[in-house]
Amino acid sequence: MSAVEVVGLHKQFVRRQGRRRTRVSALEGVSLDIARGECVAILGQNGSGKSTLVRVLSTLLLHDGGSVRVFGHDVARDPRAVRRVVNRVSVEAAFFKRLSATENLAYAARFYGQAPGETRRRIPEILDAVGFPARRARAPMEDLSRGMQQKVALARALLTSPTLLLLDEPTTGLDPRSKLEVQEFIRALRSTHDTTTLLCTHDMAEAEALADRVGILDGGRLLALDVTPALRRRYEAATLEEAFLAATGRTLDDDEDDEEAA
Amino acid sequence: MHVVSGAVRGQAIALMGVVERNAYLVKRYGFWELAFFVWTVANTLTIVFIARGIEATGGRLDVDRQAASLLIGAVIWSYLGIVFEILTETVAWERWEGTIEYTFMAPLSRPIHLIGMGAFGVLYGLLRTAALFAVIALSFGLAFPQADFAAALLLLAVASISFVGVGMVTAVLPLISPEKGAQLGFIAQGLLLVVSGVYYPVDVMPGWMQAIATISPATYALHGIRAAVLDGAGVAAVWGDLWPLLVLGAVAIPAGLAVFAAGERYAKRHGKLKRNG
Repeated sequence: MSAVEVVGLHKQFVRRQGRRRTRVSALEGVSLDIARGECVAILGQNGSGKSTLVRVLSTLLLHDGGSVRVFGHDVARDPRAVRRVVNRVSVEAAFFKRLSATENLAYAARFYGQAPGETRRRIPEILDAVGFPARRARAPMEDLSRGMQQKVALARALLTSPTLLLLDEPTTGLDPRSKLEVQEFIRALRSTHDTTTLLCTHDMAEAEALADRVGILDGGRLLALDVTPALRRRYEAATLEEAFLAATGRTLDDDEDDEEAA
Repeated sequence: MHVVSGAVRGQAIALMGVVERNAYLVKRYGFWELAFFVWTVANTLTIVFIARGIEATGGRLDVDRQAASLLIGAVIWSYLGIVFEILTETVAWERWEGTIEYTFMAPLSRPIHLIGMGAFGVLYGLLRTAALFAVIALSFGLAFPQADFAAALLLLAVASISFVGVGMVTAVLPLISPEKGAQLGFIAQGLLLVVSGVYYPVDVMPGWMQAIATISPATYALHGIRAAVLDGAGVAAVWGDLWPLLVLGAVAIPAGLAVFAAGERYAKRHGKLKRNG
């Protein structure tokens, strides 16, 4: 059984322009398979549909057509079963800013059925594993650097032992050192846990370093999904960046329209 | 059997998590909680002073009884405000902080999520309004020698089931309208109380408003609590207010959950279940 099985996925949003309403496609017939334990990176510009894909897999968005299954569970028909095995880290380390890392992690873990006795033991262990200093564990999140907040976001995801980890631009906006630390942790996680990873990014180097296969998403269409050398061969490119340019006609820095402007 | 008990335990822990999170927030925003309490005291004082004002301008009334009646109205208003705020504002707050996506993709069931928020709202609301009642009663030297506080508390507890049900309906509004949804919760609170005789008997209102009052849980809560506190009516004597509250509560919770589920489906279909609208 595949960890993730997406077949012909369609999602449109309604966009208002004055009195007119138009439908904009965020995902058009996306199909992909991710094997258990595999790490797949999806490259795409802002607005290419990456976040929409992550949000469908997270059960936060209902799709219009196609089917999406996570470890055999349909995301629309059986969302509770999907939620038990999925967690995510997104570009914004979203927390209650006045609460401490420990408080944010404690209540989040309860939502996954972890009792206080369990979290009292596990939270310090996991914070230590992601390189978060214990002395800051009771400080409000708003007093922490962006890099530290992102480490707590990683800890929050790991605390629930997800078998599918969705990483939506987890290192965007981090300083180089924090970025390397987060990437190193993701790599270590794959070697120690039975975790399947979908990494959405517009960092070519990150995709190449972390993923087994790389997909190119453009305008809601998955143009390619393969190992990096095969992508380079297919587009007769020396680098992944050149392959992306050849596939889409754009660089990753170009923005498409906001995919979810409703 | 083992799987079922594990699932029940998991949901019980999740419910505890909702209460725990709100307790952390109250603790971390302690100064603001104090500031809002002072504001509520000031607001309630302005209402209770109306009784003395009428006497001072030549009106004839039993000032202490009228002041106590107004105090009960103001306390229920404040209590309802806290319950609605916890339910509605927490969803709006989660949108603002961005945590809403993590909460809604967690495996806690939505009824448990909402009931947890309602439970915290009721517990916290009881503490806050008990303190408010005590502060104002002491300020005015009001005494309640005949009061049956146990009957009043029972009425408030049963009414809270309906209040939480209505709060679930208002809680979905920030999902549908990120900009104005939370404010609609306050409008619902005002509408509910204006038809329920918050500071006046229901029979002074026009007929159409009295008809609406019959389906408002606040009507029975206010009438019953006034009878218990001012006249010492016991549980048997307030049964006429208690049974409609039980019926309304049995309807309000399933209705609230159904409306929230429909709103959540709408938000998921239209991409509104995310931070920043």
